[in-house]
Amino acid sequence: MIEIENLRKSYAGLPVVDIPALTMPQGGVTAIIGPNGAGKSTLLSLIGRLETPGGGGVFLDGENVRSFRSTDLAKRLAMLKQDNSLTARLTVADLVAFGRFPHCNGRPTDRDRAKVSEALELVRMTELKDRFLDELSGGQRQRAFIAMVLAQDTEYALFDEPLNSLDISHAVAVMRLLHSVARTMGKTIVVVLHDLNFVARYADHVIAMKAGRVVETAPASHAIREDLLKQLYDTDVAVSTRDGRTFVDVYG
Amino acid sequence: MRLRAHIPMTNGAQSDLRHLRNALICGFVLAVLSVASLLVGATGIGLVSLMSDPNAWDILLISRVPRTAALIIAGTSSAIMGAIVQRLVSNRFVEPSTMGTIDCASFGLLLGLLFAPNAAPMGRMLIAAAGAWIGTAFFMILLRTVPLKSPLMPPLLGIAFGGVIGAMTSFIAYRFDLMQSLSAWSTADFSVVLKERYELLYIAAAVTGLGWLLADRFTLAGLGDNVARGLGLNPLAVLAIGITIVAGVSGAIVVTVGFIPFLGLVVPNLIARWRGDNLRRSLPLVAWLGAALTLLCDIFGRLVFHPYDLPIGVTMGVLGAVIFLGMILRKFGR
Repeated sequence: MIEIENLRKSYAGLPVVDIPALTMPQGGVTAIIGPNGAGKSTLLSLIGRLETPGGGGVFLDGENVRSFRSTDLAKRLAMLKQDNSLTARLTVADLVAFGRFPHCNGRPTDRDRAKVSEALELVRMTELKDRFLDELSGGQRQRAFIAMVLAQDTEYALFDEPLNSLDISHAVAVMRLLHSVARTMGKTIVVVLHDLNFVARYADHVIAMKAGRVVETAPASHAIREDLLKQLYDTDVAVSTRDGRTFVDVYG
Repeated sequence: MRLRAHIPMTNGAQSDLRHLRNALICGFVLAVLSVASLLVGATGIGLVSLMSDPNAWDILLISRVPRTAALIIAGTSSAIMGAIVQRLVSNRFVEPSTMGTIDCASFGLLLGLLFAPNAAPMGRMLIAAAGAWIGTAFFMILLRTVPLKSPLMPPLLGIAFGGVIGAMTSFIAYRFDLMQSLSAWSTADFSVVLKERYELLYIAAAVTGLGWLLADRFTLAGLGDNVARGLGLNPLAVLAIGITIVAGVSGAIVVTVGFIPFLGLVVPNLIARWRGDNLRRSLPLVAWLGAALTLLCDIFGRLVFHPYDLPIGVTMGVLGAVIFLGMILRKFGR
C-alpha cells in the first residue's frame, strides 16, 4: 500500500506538489491525469524516491520510502521516467537483464535469466533481443525499457507517460500489457497518461491532479465524466458511451 | 559451418565454440606480439644467442621482459580506463587525457618533485594520483553543474581545463628548470623501462582489476542517474569509486612510462561499434586490443630507425589520430 502524508515539493518557491493525504489504490492500473504542470511527474518521482520532498512523506506499507535501503526499495518498486535517451550502446537483452540488478547484484541465476526471457516475451521483443538499442525504432526502444521494468518484477511499477513516441497499435499493446500484468500478476501499476481514451479503457482507478493538488481519486468509470474533465483541463470535453464503452471527445 | 552440418548442436554450444575460437585467435595474436617484443630491439635476441650468449639472457630479463610486461599492463589499463570514464560521463569522446586527469597527475608529480624531491617512487605515484583525483573530480562536478548539449562539448571543456593546468605546470617547471623531467612524463616511452623501475605498474594492474569487477555498476551508471537509482544504485558513489580507480591508474602510468595518447579513446570506441557498451561483455576485448595495439606500436617504433627507439607516444599518436579521425568522419558523415 502506498500512502502519502502532507507531501509537499516546490521548485524555486513555487509549490508543484501539495497533497495532505492520499492512499493510492492497491492493485490494478491507476492513471494519474491532469493538465501540464499539475505535478503528476513530480508526484511519481517523489514516490519513486528520485526527488526529495520539501515536507511530509511517501509510505510504502507504513514505512517511509526514504528510510529504505536502495536495493530493498528497487526490489519492491520500479520506475520508468519519460526521457530514456541512451548514449550507451546496449543490446535489448542487456538492458532488460539490468532490471534484475537489484535482485542478483550482477550475478544472474537461472531464475533471473528466466525472468528476463519472460519479460522479453511479454513485450514481444524476443526476436530483437540481440539487437542494439540504437538500431531500433523509438517504439521498440520504449518496449525494451518497459521490459526492463517488468524484469525487475516489483510489486509496484510506476510509468511516466509510457505511451510517448508510440504509434497507435503499440500504444494499445503497451496498455493491454500493463493491464494484464496488473491483473494476472497482482501488481499495482501507476501510469501518468495524457490520452483520456486510454484512461477510460485500460485504467481501473484515476487520480486527477491540478496545480499540485489531488482533485479527485475515483474508479475510472466514475472519474471519466464531463464536469471533472472540464474543471481539470479548462476546455470543453464531451464524454459519450457507445456499446458500453466510454469515449472522450476532446477536440472541441 | 561444416561442423554444424554433421553434428547437431544447440545454439548455446555453437556460440560457445565461436567464443572459444575467437579467444584462441586473440590469444595467439597477443602471444606472437609478446614474443616479438621480447626479441626485437637494438640487440636482436634469438634462440641461438639465448643458447650461446649469457648476455642475451641478461638483456631479456632486465630489459625485454619488463618492457613487454609494462607494455601489456599500460596498454590494457589505459584502454580500460577509457572505457570506464566513457560510461561514467556517458560520452564517447572522453578519456583521462581529455578530462584534465593526466595534466593534473603531471601537476601533482611536479609539486612532489619540488616539495619532496627525495620521495620514493611509491610516494610520487600517490602524489600524482592525488592530483589526478582532484582534477577528475573537479571536471565531473563541472559537467554535472553545467548542462552541455553537444557530445563534443565535454572533451573540449576537458581539453581546455587540462590546457590551463598544463600551462601552469610548464610555467613552474620552466622556472625551476624541470622541463626535461616534465616532457619525460608527458610522452610515453617504454625504452626507459628496466627491471626495478616499472613495478609500480603492477599497482595499476591491480586497480584496473578492481575496476573490472565493478564493470556492471559503471555500465549501469552510464544509463543515467534516474535509471541507476531506480535499480538501487547510488550513482554518485559509483562516480566517486570510478574517479578513484581512474586517478590511481593514471598516477601509476604517468610516473612509470608516461601517458599513451589516444589509446583510451580509440580502443573502447572500436570495440563498442562491434560489441556494444556493456562493459562486462566488452572489457575483455578492450583489454586485448589495448595490449595488442600498444605492443604493435612499440615494436614498430623499435624497428623504423633501428637501432634507435621511436617513443610510443609518437607511433601511437600518429596511428591513434588516424583511427580517431576516421571514426569521427564516419560518425558525422552519416
